[in-house]
Amino acid sequence: MQLNRRQLVGSIAIGSLSALFPQFVQARVAPLTRTIPSSGEELPIVGLGSWITFNVGDDPVARGSSAEVMRAFFDGGGRMIDSSPMYGSAQEVIGYCLRKTGNAANVFATDKVWIANGDEGPEQIERTRALWGIDRFDLLQVHNLVAWEAHLDTLKAMKDEGKLRYVGITTSHGRRHDELEDIMRKHELDFVQLTYNIADRQVEDRLLPLAQEKGVAVIANRPFRRKELIHRFEEEKLPDWAGEIGAASWAQFLLKFVIAHPAITCAIPATTRVDHVCENLESARAPLPDEEMRQRMVAYIREL
Amino acid sequence: MSEWWAYQLSDLLMFAPQTYYRLFELYNTSLWPVQVLTLAASVTTAILMVTGPRWRERVIVSLVALFWLFVAWGYFIERYAAINLAAPYFALGFLVQACLLALVGLVGGHITFDGARTLIGKTGIALFFFALVFQPLIGPLTGREWSGMELLGLAPDPTVVGTLGVLLAADRVRWELFVIPVSWCAITGATLWVMKSPEALLMPLIGLSALVLSAYKSLTLRRELAGDWKNDRC
Repeated sequence: MQLNRRQLVGSIAIGSLSALFPQFVQARVAPLTRTIPSSGEELPIVGLGSWITFNVGDDPVARGSSAEVMRAFFDGGGRMIDSSPMYGSAQEVIGYCLRKTGNAANVFATDKVWIANGDEGPEQIERTRALWGIDRFDLLQVHNLVAWEAHLDTLKAMKDEGKLRYVGITTSHGRRHDELEDIMRKHELDFVQLTYNIADRQVEDRLLPLAQEKGVAVIANRPFRRKELIHRFEEEKLPDWAGEIGAASWAQFLLKFVIAHPAITCAIPATTRVDHVCENLESARAPLPDEEMRQRMVAYIREL
Repeated sequence: MSEWWAYQLSDLLMFAPQTYYRLFELYNTSLWPVQVLTLAASVTTAILMVTGPRWRERVIVSLVALFWLFVAWGYFIERYAAINLAAPYFALGFLVQACLLALVGLVGGHITFDGARTLIGKTGIALFFFALVFQPLIGPLTGREWSGMELLGLAPDPTVVGTLGVLLAADRVRWELFVIPVSWCAITGATLWVMKSPEALLMPLIGLSALVLSAYKSLTLRRELAGDWKNDRC
């Protein structure tokens, strides 16, 4: 891995300050950002997913915990929060947390349309917007390619009317990649969302290069395969060289691998814990592994 | 979504285990003191399964059908639907079961308990007592809160087990009444399995045992009927 002088000095300074005043540094050092190709807007490379974690119903205790997670996320410089109508009460809980923490103006609001009947898309989107309690979404995506042609028309029309800033489409669990590739080639998209982590790397072959070629921002979901990867490796020792990429835990090791890929615009790990959201945001700070180091990370994981 | 079969079971779980168990705590808190009424109704059902006048059969069926109705609305629609998109379909299933119980037991009068003294009949009564007394204790005994106890007549799992007990204790096997309870045993077993609950296998085992015992009972009854028919011919 190679660091230029600026990165090296910055890392040493951050490392020293982190040791002495961790909370100070956490609050002041913003996470790294990536550019959304279609607009040039900068976006922090770690966001917040809400699958399972924000689906807590009307439990006041759990809602309070969710609000604390969200507060820590914004305090640490995070912006993108992603949800879906498929996530149960998550959208409603996100709306509650945004009101409680006063962050409706800071969020990069990202949600999805997920309904088999294309004609019912606008109604679902309006319901979703009301649950979030915001004026408009930054990004709306067609969830898992469900009725994607009709929904894509709806989202593009919303964007043209100024009711939406970005249009995207999602898949997960490595499914329907051929169809997604076809859509990326034929349609103008701002974002795609797909599963990418150190164990699920199929997208490196065609989809990520295509996204770079077409200027499409990429959101990586399931960066930990829903805790599975962390559980799988937590008993193992981190390699000695993990410090070279600033990874102090397996979560940071795994997340840094994902966000270091140049095609990835934002990864969206989900969590119910404040310390984990802080740990994730810490991953979004220099240094990040270069391609040579990423290959070394893959080789190390394979050996385990 | 066109590829449900391609997902692992764990991919379909849309809530955390603590959220699921907290649901029962909040549910019980919001219902209090309905638990007292349900307990009284459950104890009444248990006593009537053991002894009582002829009209007891209609009371038992009515109470059990009311349990299913209550779970359909109070639990699935009012609570579970907030965290599980499939809950309305489960509610529909429980509503259908309540209607089936009313149709077969009340309108048709096909659920009687004259044979509750047989071994399988006694097993049915024991299963009902298990659902009433012991099943609610599983949660607290495995480390969950007492306030989250799953009670017969209010929570789906003990209601299903209690109903299977009633069906086993009944004189005749009514297979149409087994479909939804046994299906629920599989569904809840899968949910608890994915959540790594220690009691995950309990409900599928009870469902399977109820089916096997009912099949045995059905065969025995057929043989007895055939024997009676032969004796009549002689």
